[in-house]
Amino acid sequence: MTQGSDTYSATGEVGSVREKRTFWTRLKIDLKKSPWTARIGMLIIFFYAFVALFAPLIAPYGQAEVFPTPYAPWSSEFIFGTDQIGRDTFSRMIYGARNTVGIAVATTLLAFLIGGALGLAAAIDRSYFDQALSRMVDVLMAIPSLIFALVLLSIFGSTILNLIIIIAVLDSTRVFRLTRAVAINVVVMDYVEAARLRGEGLGWIMRKEILPNIMPPLIAEFGLRFCFVFLSIAALSFLGVGIQPPSADWGSMVRENAKMMIYAQFDPNVVLRPLLPATAIALLTVAVNFVVDWFLHKTSGLRDEH
Amino acid sequence: MSIKSEKGEVLLDIKGLEVEGFSDEKWHDIVKGVDVTLRRGEIMGLIGESGAGKSTLGLAAMGYTQPGCRIKVGEVNFDGVNLVKLSDAKMRSYWGNRMTYVAQSAAASFNPAHRLIAQTTAATLRSGNFSKEEAYGDARELYEALNLPNPHNIGERYPHQVSGGQLQRVMTAMAISPRPDLIVFDEPTTALDVTTQVEVLSAMRRIVENFNTAAIYITHDLAVVAQMADFIKVLRYGKEVEEAPTRQMLSDPKEAYTKSLWSVRSLKKKEHQGGDSILSLNGINASYGKAKVLYNVNIEVAKGTTVAVVGESGSGKSTAARVITGLLPQTAGTVEFDGKALPKELCDRSKEEKRRIQMIYQMADTAMNPRQTVSEIIGRPLEFYLGMRGSKKTARTIELLEMIELDEEFMQRLPSELSGGQKQRICIARALAAEPDFIICDEVTSALDQIVQEGILKLLMRLQKELGLTYLFITHDISTVKAISDQVVVMNKGEVVEQGQKTDVFKPPHPEYTELLLSSVPEMDPDWLTNLNVGRSSG
Repeated sequence: MTQGSDTYSATGEVGSVREKRTFWTRLKIDLKKSPWTARIGMLIIFFYAFVALFAPLIAPYGQAEVFPTPYAPWSSEFIFGTDQIGRDTFSRMIYGARNTVGIAVATTLLAFLIGGALGLAAAIDRSYFDQALSRMVDVLMAIPSLIFALVLLSIFGSTILNLIIIIAVLDSTRVFRLTRAVAINVVVMDYVEAARLRGEGLGWIMRKEILPNIMPPLIAEFGLRFCFVFLSIAALSFLGVGIQPPSADWGSMVRENAKMMIYAQFDPNVVLRPLLPATAIALLTVAVNFVVDWFLHKTSGLRDEH
Repeated sequence: MSIKSEKGEVLLDIKGLEVEGFSDEKWHDIVKGVDVTLRRGEIMGLIGESGAGKSTLGLAAMGYTQPGCRIKVGEVNFDGVNLVKLSDAKMRSYWGNRMTYVAQSAAASFNPAHRLIAQTTAATLRSGNFSKEEAYGDARELYEALNLPNPHNIGERYPHQVSGGQLQRVMTAMAISPRPDLIVFDEPTTALDVTTQVEVLSAMRRIVENFNTAAIYITHDLAVVAQMADFIKVLRYGKEVEEAPTRQMLSDPKEAYTKSLWSVRSLKKKEHQGGDSILSLNGINASYGKAKVLYNVNIEVAKGTTVAVVGESGSGKSTAARVITGLLPQTAGTVEFDGKALPKELCDRSKEEKRRIQMIYQMADTAMNPRQTVSEIIGRPLEFYLGMRGSKKTARTIELLEMIELDEEFMQRLPSELSGGQKQRICIARALAAEPDFIICDEVTSALDQIVQEGILKLLMRLQKELGLTYLFITHDISTVKAISDQVVVMNKGEVVEQGQKTDVFKPPHPEYTELLLSSVPEMDPDWLTNLNVGRSSG
């Protein structure tokens, strides 16, 4: 704050004038202040993203490549051994990152596109349109989503496209409710009214006036929703209607290796086999939640006590 | 309950107080070394613009700081005890017992889930000195003393069942109930209409006098502080500018800054007759759902003039603006703009019709998208209405910024990086960007400090002269009306009570409601409230 002169001038007016910062400096400050949990979370996410992107380069073998020795022990040739038909577990873990995480990201994005757009539209147009959509969402939410997804996948067939669309539509109901709830608080603001008075269309009001102001809760929800989608894909794969063989994915790898746990009394090492993909799932879920928690804390406006 | 000890003894003695707050990764000084001496039975007025540290000092006088703030150095001696040194647990025996606080927004300060009387007496009962019957009985007496309607039963209501002015008085009762030695009033009447404000002010003053309580009265309204305070302290940038007894301060301020505060009220405008009519409301009726708000409203606005619409909240003045803009279609009557009838619904109006009528809002904070920069906010109407793009748009934006006395440096700022007055200026620039003929100003200055208000009003007048604009100025502040209007429309309960040229409206005789409204506006004369109360009770 600078000491002003005694004559009044608009530019010299004090108030909550703060230092001017660009997006990048803001980001740098935020990152510097981030807690260690968030940093670990980000590190793990970057690692997963890297593995998923460069899977063919990192993996020593192909995901469907079959070797003559099934259930090979851990060795320098097969780092995590081979599975029941002789495929390299390590390579399948790496390809699994690509399949499982890739599908989860696509599904979550689609869910947010559908749920977000409809939620915003419902918040702006509170007439019969809102009523119709909201009641439809209530109906969809009344059915347990895992069972509903199972039924739909059995009807339409478990292709990857069907999987993505069905889970996205079922999950978009939650996104719809959140978006509508937070957007309603923004719609009543004067600047939205000012945009309407100016004669702006629905698209502009949705994208430019409301969306930037409801981003924090949506991003936080994105992280959580991603975990749930991830878990439902793993669960569906475990049940056999998710990602189909020979594509590797962590959910079905857990299922295939789970049977071997009964031999644990002869070879303690087999216990680790189903646990490896399970750990991969758990680790990513925890990492995403670390980052989301930090983000939520940052945007909730809670001041640190001094 | 007995009256506390005699007048004259020093109750509060603050020495070299410095308070700092944490923001932007740094500690900033908010209060920079202020001394206060307050005796029993005295009221100190604390004035200054926002950001001067008034509220922080008021709270620090109770030994309290807001989260994110701390007392750096200094002493706060209350009745001989230095509050800065006390533990939180010890402090709690003072708060709500020997010192109380009346906040600006009573509506936001009450717990909606409890009855008023329970909240009024909560602190009193906690002290353990009184039984519940005693405290409740006393609270009812206080309600009566504060002129609350139905004082014996009003305590049984919930906060949402009484009006804002009544709630503010209940809060005063709450502050008095434990018979404190010190009360801090933080802008207690800012949110109220003038007619309600008068009642609350008289009630507060009477109570403070009766119980010989010391008080700190924080406000930015000079006329109000003139009625309340024994002496006035002016703050700026966290430092004391000057302190003097009220009468002396009003008649003979020493410092240049204080003089500039005093001069704000001298703003006057020469009255215009105005030419052809640009806007006329003919027999407008409007309603929100089943509730009727406007009854047969006729308003005539001449080109190039300022028409002030005056009235209390609920008088329908903002609704009239919504009808003009098309946000609320009228149920009867027509709105004529420049000789042609405007379509009722906003979506039926052409882009050109929308462009020519612009609006500026009361709360600049909520009228600008917090995620857009100044250049986006001002640039959008340029692009939308006039099809400007690229360097042409940038050049025009800078031109507009200069027109509102800001400069290029503000282009990339977000609204949160602006002060209150600057925000309102940006809103004015956004309206100007559309090159309108007619601007509706909805209470544009009521959320601002007086010195900033004056700047905005001067700007609006200058722009009117340069660009030939017509204003419809909605306000409840009579001094603003006196300063800028050509014609005045007085509204009450959805009807136009009186309208005409400014001099005619302000010249007696008045209709009953105009009389009440005009006489309720505080004047700088320290005897004004006393005289008014004498006049009203005898008449």
